[in-house]
This record gives sequence, C-alpha cells and structure tokens, in this order.
Amino acid sequence: MIELSIRKKLNAASGEMLLKLDWQIEQGKLVTLYGKSGAGKTSTLRILAGLMQPDEGRIVIDGLSWLDTNKGINLRPQKRKVGFVFQDYALFPNMTVRDNLLFALEQGQDQKIVEELIEIVELGALQNRKPMTLSGGQKQRVALARALVQKPRLLMLDEPLSALDLDMRLKLQQYILQVHREYGLTTILISHDIAEILKMSDEVLVLDQGRIIRHGLATEVLIPELERRTLQFIGEIVELEKLENAFILSAGVGQQLLKIKISETEGQDLSIGDKIVFESETFNTFIRKLS
Amino acid sequence: MIDWEPLILTFRLALITTLLLLIISIPLAYWLAYSKTRIKPVIETLVSMPLVLPPTVLGFYLLIAFSPSNTLGSWLDEWLGLRLIFSFEGLVLASILYSLPFMVHPIQAGFAHLSPSLREAAYVLGKSNFTTLFRVLLPNIKASLLTGIVLAFAHTIGEFGVVLMIGGNMPGRTKVASIAIYDEVEALNYGAANTYSLILFAITFVILLMVYLVNGGYIKKLF
Repeated sequence: MIELSIRKKLNAASGEMLLKLDWQIEQGKLVTLYGKSGAGKTSTLRILAGLMQPDEGRIVIDGLSWLDTNKGINLRPQKRKVGFVFQDYALFPNMTVRDNLLFALEQGQDQKIVEELIEIVELGALQNRKPMTLSGGQKQRVALARALVQKPRLLMLDEPLSALDLDMRLKLQQYILQVHREYGLTTILISHDIAEILKMSDEVLVLDQGRIIRHGLATEVLIPELERRTLQFIGEIVELEKLENAFILSAGVGQQLLKIKISETEGQDLSIGDKIVFESETFNTFIRKLS
Repeated sequence: MIDWEPLILTFRLALITTLLLLIISIPLAYWLAYSKTRIKPVIETLVSMPLVLPPTVLGFYLLIAFSPSNTLGSWLDEWLGLRLIFSFEGLVLASILYSLPFMVHPIQAGFAHLSPSLREAAYVLGKSNFTTLFRVLLPNIKASLLTGIVLAFAHTIGEFGVVLMIGGNMPGRTKVASIAIYDEVEALNYGAANTYSLILFAITFVILLMVYLVNGGYIKKLF
C-alpha cells in the first residue's frame, strides 16, 4: 500500500502551478497517470522516487515513511529501492547492455537475476552491444530490465512507449504486463494512449493542472457514461473531409484505418487528432468524441 | 647546441601542473556543474579570471603574497618550509591558478551536457555520488577530460608573464623555455631563440592535433 499526500509548487509553462495530490495505491496494481503535458505527471513520479522534493507532505509505503516533512524524514533516492524507467531511457552509454544490468546489482546480490531478466525481455543476442547501437524498442527493454534488477516493489515508467511504433508498443506492453505479474510489482506508468491504458491498467488517474480530476477503473474514467453497445472501437481522427451536408471521417483504430461517412451535425465539433469511440448498435454506427 | 634544461623544466612543470589540476578540477567542476548555491557565480568568475587578467597581475600579487617579508610568505616558510617565490614549487602553484579555467571549463561543460537522467538513474539504482561519478559520469565525458588535460598542459607550456614575475630567471629552477627564448633574444642569440621556439611550436602543434584527431573520431576510423 502506498499513501501519498503532497504539495509542491511547480513552474509550468502557464505560470506557477500547485501540484496537490492525495492518493492511495494498493499493492500489486497497475496504475496509469493520464493528462496533458504539464499536468504534473512526471513530477509525481519524480517525487515518489525522491528525485524531486515536495514543499510539504508525506509518502508512506507499507507503513514505512519515505517522506514526512513534518518529522523531517526524507529518504534519499538511493534508499527508496524503486524501479524507474526514464523517458529517455538513461542507459549508461559507456557500458554494454549486460554491464548496464550488472551495474544495477546491489552489493553482494546474486547475479542470477541478470540472466533471468535478459531472458525475459529477450536481450540475449544484444547483451554485448553498447546502448548507442540499439533501436528505441531495444533500449526500452534494457531500461525495463535494468529497473528490475534490484527487485523493487514499486516500478515507475515515464511514458515508456510513446516513442515507439505500434508493433514495438504492443510487444513492450506485453513485457511490462508480464514482469508486473511475475514479480508482483506495484506499477505506475504515464501514458497518453487510451487504447494502451484500457488494455493495461487496473486504475487510471487523470491529472489536470496538478490536481486529480478523475480516478477509478480505466473504462469508467476514460469512457464516461459508457453504455454497453454491441461494438466499440477507440480511435484517433487522422482526416476529416467536408462534403455537402456530410463529412468523410478517417480514423486510425489499432493498426487499421477506418473510413466512415457521418452527418454534418455529428462532424461539427470534431477535428483532426480528436480521440473518438466508434459505437455500433444493430444497424447504426455512432461517433462520439472522448474528452 | 642549445641548453636543454629549460625545455625539460617546462615539460616537468606542465606535467606536474596538469596532474594536480586534474585532481583539483574534477571536484571543482562537478560542484560548479551541479550546485545551486548563490555564491556559484562568484566562484565561476574567480575560476575564469586568468582568462582575461594579464598574467603579470596574477604574478605580481603572488609575488607580494608569498614574499617572506609578508605574513603568508613567512608563515609558509616557517611552518612548511615552503619558499614559493623564485622556486619551482612557486611556479607549480602559479601555473595551477593560471591554467585553472582551461581544465575546469571543459570538464564542467562535459558534466553539464550529460543528460541529468544518467545521474538520477544511478541514484535510483542505489549508487552513491562517488560511484556515480567514477563509473557513470567520468567515463562518459572522456573527450572533455582529454580536452581539459591537453589545454591545461599546452597553456602551461606557453606561460610567460606569471613565471617571470614569481619565478624570475633561475637556470634549472625557474628558467622555463618561454623565458629562455626571451633571454636569448635579449642577448641577440637569434639562432638559439629560434631553436627553442621551433621545438615549442612543433610540440604544441602535435599535442593539439592529437586532441582534434581523437575527439573528432579520426583515430577510431583508422583502426
């Protein structure tokens, strides 16, 4: 169980912003932070890892205080034992893949875990390469494996998949889910991809301007007032062509492009880049914009 | 034939100065790169002063400070047996101050250019500042270290004003090559001055060329 209650003034692009979080995470859950950039998602992870100091608040993990500004407790990042996957991967360029993992070992820790992780994320053939020669997806796997070497109980991933193409994304989602379950981790990740969140998360937290504005099961939070239809796809508009009295809408859904004709009223407040749900009821197809 | 002593002395001075500078500059550059204290700009300015200050000014104040007739000078002499004016030790100290920015700046820039997440990743993995510095940061700024070492070395070879002020012109102790050249010209021995100058020119050229070849990756391409 992680209890978090923090206040921190942040300098966002729009001026000063107060990050104000009161939140509890159950052991073993996979939680996603969702929200616009500058909403405070990365800062939240950094505060949990001890890389950023909140102005006031407390963090308690399984009854152990990591931070309590009232009592002057503030554990250094070195003492918190979390797994952290950075947005830019932060692999050490001077070390090979294998050395990156070996470096992560605690003093006296059995080296077996390194072999095990190399196997899980399928890095065997790459283990003697330097990070610079790897693709984005490969780097991400190394970063994931390295974060798990010390067997942390809490794993945090800062937009782990945003820079990858869809194939690689799907694969890495599998790796993350696999290690999450195998090692009984509590996992917090940042994602902007609704399909990804729905697939992976137990819980989602929507942040806006430093506040939690919604919180709960992914399906409930991201598709409010969801009515059960026969068919549902979530997609993103890539093209909107105006005809007389109608629109031709093209949207990416998974790896496919769906094209559909919609009425003028339906198309009015849609624009390229909007997330939408395709819903089908017997013979009718509806389009609805996701907020 | 020329007297080789000034050249040997020059390279001994440059070598010792560079070695000591490296030991001093790594922690100093680390502190300058990562500290957020308010006095940082003052320290940065002091480190950079030798870039713009006439070397004679630095030499003059060192001469005054270390003169045995002054408090600091006499204290050093009495307690540590160190006489820093007109001595090789004094030259080393003056050279360290004079070449400090040439070592500190490249290393500081090297630290600053590393992604902050490298350091943070090491901390999250439980590694101390010390381990992080020696296993992660320094190995990834080798080019900056090399630049600092070579610039400090070459700059020490080329110094004149500071050396003349605090060291004078004592054969075998403080008469370095740049002073020997001046000396020979004064005595109208243009031939000897030319030999010293050519040797200095050639050696510094080769040293700097090596840096550009190594840092530009040309050496790697050859092998």
